[in-house]
Amino acid sequence: MKRRDFIQLSGLGFGGLMLPNMPVNGIPVFGNAVSQEAMLDGAVDVAVKKRLADAALNAAKAKGATYTDVRIGRYLNQFVITREDKVQNIVNTESYGVGVRVIANGCWGFAAVVDAKSEADTAKAAEQAVAIAKANAKLMTQPVILAPQNGYGEVSWKAPIQRNAFEVPIKEKVDLLLGVNDAALKNGANYVNSVLFMVNEQKYFASSDGSYIDQDIHRIWPIAAVTAIDPKTGKFETRQALSAPVGMGYEYLQTNPADKVSGITTRYNKGYDMLEDVTAAAKQAKEKLTAKSVEAGKYDLVLDPSHLWLTIHESVGHPLELDRVLGYEANFAGTSFATLDKWQSKNFNYGSKEVNLFADKTQVGSLGAVGWDDEGVKTKKWDLVKEGTLVNYQAIRDQAHIIGEKESHGCCYADSWSSVQFQRMANVSLAAGKTPLSVAEMIKDVKKGIYIIGDGSFSIDQQRYNFQFGGQLFYEIKDGQIAGMLKDVAYQSNTQEFWNSCVKVCDERDYRLGGSFFDGKGQPSQSSAVSHGSSTARFNGVNVINTARKV
Amino acid sequence: MATLTKEEAKKIIDKVLAFSKADEMSVALNGSRTGNIRYARNSVSTSGESTDLSLAITAVYGKRSGTATINEFDDKSLEKTVRRAEEIARLAPENPEYMPMLGPQTYIDTKTFAESTANIDPDFRAKAAFDSIEPCSKKNLTAAGYMEDSSGFSAIGNSKGLFAYNKSTSVDFSITVRTADGLGSGYAIRDFNDVSKLSTKQATEIAMQKALASSSAKALEPGKYTVILEPAASIDLLQNMMRSMDARNADEGRSFLSKKGGGIRLGEKLFDERVNIYSDPTNLEIPKAGFSGDGRPQEKISWIENGVVKNLTYSRFWADKKGVKATPPPSGFIMAGGTESLADLIKSTEKGILVTRFWYIRAVDPQTLLYTGLTRDGTFYIEKGQIKFPIKNFRFNESPIIMLNNLEAMGVPSRIGGSLVPPLKIRDFTFSSLSDAV
Repeated sequence: MKRRDFIQLSGLGFGGLMLPNMPVNGIPVFGNAVSQEAMLDGAVDVAVKKRLADAALNAAKAKGATYTDVRIGRYLNQFVITREDKVQNIVNTESYGVGVRVIANGCWGFAAVVDAKSEADTAKAAEQAVAIAKANAKLMTQPVILAPQNGYGEVSWKAPIQRNAFEVPIKEKVDLLLGVNDAALKNGANYVNSVLFMVNEQKYFASSDGSYIDQDIHRIWPIAAVTAIDPKTGKFETRQALSAPVGMGYEYLQTNPADKVSGITTRYNKGYDMLEDVTAAAKQAKEKLTAKSVEAGKYDLVLDPSHLWLTIHESVGHPLELDRVLGYEANFAGTSFATLDKWQSKNFNYGSKEVNLFADKTQVGSLGAVGWDDEGVKTKKWDLVKEGTLVNYQAIRDQAHIIGEKESHGCCYADSWSSVQFQRMANVSLAAGKTPLSVAEMIKDVKKGIYIIGDGSFSIDQQRYNFQFGGQLFYEIKDGQIAGMLKDVAYQSNTQEFWNSCVKVCDERDYRLGGSFFDGKGQPSQSSAVSHGSSTARFNGVNVINTARKV
Repeated sequence: MATLTKEEAKKIIDKVLAFSKADEMSVALNGSRTGNIRYARNSVSTSGESTDLSLAITAVYGKRSGTATINEFDDKSLEKTVRRAEEIARLAPENPEYMPMLGPQTYIDTKTFAESTANIDPDFRAKAAFDSIEPCSKKNLTAAGYMEDSSGFSAIGNSKGLFAYNKSTSVDFSITVRTADGLGSGYAIRDFNDVSKLSTKQATEIAMQKALASSSAKALEPGKYTVILEPAASIDLLQNMMRSMDARNADEGRSFLSKKGGGIRLGEKLFDERVNIYSDPTNLEIPKAGFSGDGRPQEKISWIENGVVKNLTYSRFWADKKGVKATPPPSGFIMAGGTESLADLIKSTEKGILVTRFWYIRAVDPQTLLYTGLTRDGTFYIEKGQIKFPIKNFRFNESPIIMLNNLEAMGVPSRIGGSLVPPLKIRDFTFSSLSDAV
């Protein structure tokens, strides 16, 4: 499903409401609608999957493939979509099929088949993949160089969830959302949309390296958007939920006090109190109607993790994807300013000394966490920017040799059995500050600043230099005090300038994850789910514009 | 074979409906074969093909509905899926906004299918890529491109006798050419129903010219400029505006079409009087299916006429509530233009900027339809009717409403993203900052 289709489906596209945080044009898998009960059974037995996979591995080898991997995937989504006092839609989708990727004559080939239930089906897909590889080999300039990978034998990984969201009765979900909507309306909202979006990827991977990997991945995203209208002026303002999409089960919606971060507005860590947040959203949307319109100029920005994740995603995660650096995304997502010579120099100042950025596919509860990636590589954590200096990229098996790595970083992913796996962003995060520092202490030192919470409008150029970001909540900071709410705020900067203006990062007590289901890349476009962690951070002298217009 | 004939599709749908015990039942049947080839650094990177066929059944009891799907087509599977949809419907909460299904409708016959596209095979794709890569490698330029072709059908039917069927093909091609030093970049994009209209070589040649001409760009100060937007630049802003024409949002006070103090701006002149936007499924350049997803007929309809908002889109529920015709959103639109070519528009420009395309366009303010984004892959300064030099890319902050009020001139429309859009000359277009990106 494309980001745009999801906006339509969820009703959040109407009224120009921007659905939160969906970089580029994404596609998670959008399968067929199925019933609740069908989602809980129907998983194909591992022994059957191994048979189907072996048939494809053997068929590809017989046709001359030098490498083959087979992905047997069952992808489940559930959406519960409401507005005000109505359930607009409950959608269960399921998609099952097999994708086979091969190297033949030095070239990649891929074929996928829906509903493959027999060994003949998967063998046929394998043969087709080899035929495509051979057709493309005629245009090949350089054969694929694949980093070696040991097979892991028969292994499995399961997301450490406490409560499978697909097993929670629909009624419980409907009651939650309608309760949230009711609270929003009672607290000043004119309109409210709320959505629960749940994902379960059941993925089986087998390769000619000798791996047979069975994985069960769970994700959940509670979303809400509140609109307040001033009938006299005809103006309207919105405030979206401060929730994050997470690699968790339904337990994300059961908060304990330790998950709450108090301050000018409550923010959330690994448990989300939807009722409390959307109640606050209604009041704040109303407050925005009469808030002061920002005066354009330079400000010191204090950025909450619920906001900063998106800036990290766009200005660090993407430019450090090796396929972009090399030009493989030139026709769509773009290339990167972080060219190989900058990395080779070992002294490229990506940011200030305070800036440590790392990639990690193992963070518990994150969207990117899996045991193995989609080409059978065990996941890990590695540094990208160390004390401000660019030290590494994100690379997969056919790219590792380019940056002198002996093995892949394990960040290869396909959003469906029907799409081909390629390099995708790992969870890329800003390390917490090492010196103890709270948000209140950070604000105390700011003379003229803006405190931004939540992600809003986002845009960045195709080489990741120039960007503009909005937010959900903006508070003016004057002489170390929060002076009141602002609106019409967006900041513009340049990646290297911005990260070099980072003067302080709060300590690990404030470290939280944000993220998106809809990181889009590739042609045909695929969506990948990714988290980004940080503590609140301060950036000095950033250019803020006023976005109000008269039409 | 994923493309069923009208008769084959109807037979399956009728069989499903015969199993129904619900008050109402609708069935959607879709199938397609999609292939693609992608290349970068003058070499094919990925290529593949996939087929899909799926059936979705919606059962309704009163105002409760349930949907289930299947991709197996034996009688037993079909009946099982009907029962499953009925079971979900019984468990679902009542939807007060549910509208009873439509009865038989009359649809316009449109020509959306081309045999040439349906016949594309891996060798054809490889040749299309070769025709694009070869001229680039010869000139020491770097090509990155993508072609995707699809051939399929969609059919819907329901227990009230509605039946609709459409067979269609499509091909989409885009190419980015960069100079070896990475200082120049050019782009071209094409889409057709009939692949025989596509020349990957010709499109690539345009991208090559732009790459070579855009190398070593100069920086201009951000500010308000007269711009000539090629269709690939204006399409997204126009499309976003067209997608914001929902009547319910306007009535609810959260749209650019809402009036201060209540009411909607239907019938008001919001744009320059030369702005005319309509949709027409029979248009030969951009043929569309004669029906929308929920079975409503698609027909020729005027959205903006001489700058006046003529029609809004309605859900069936909202139209019923308001007592008006339930006009579905169109799947593409036609913006009428002029007779001038892009070259003519440049020739008549004293000072201005030619924009090849925009990139990463995101809504900033839904009230004013303010968008931000950047120019990309070929931005040029025009003086005294001539392209003088390439310029660095700009970020813009602009609204299509303001843009269509600041209209200077329009050229001959061409197909872009399933719509027909003319090149537009716009005055006072707002660029807010510079980008170093190439």
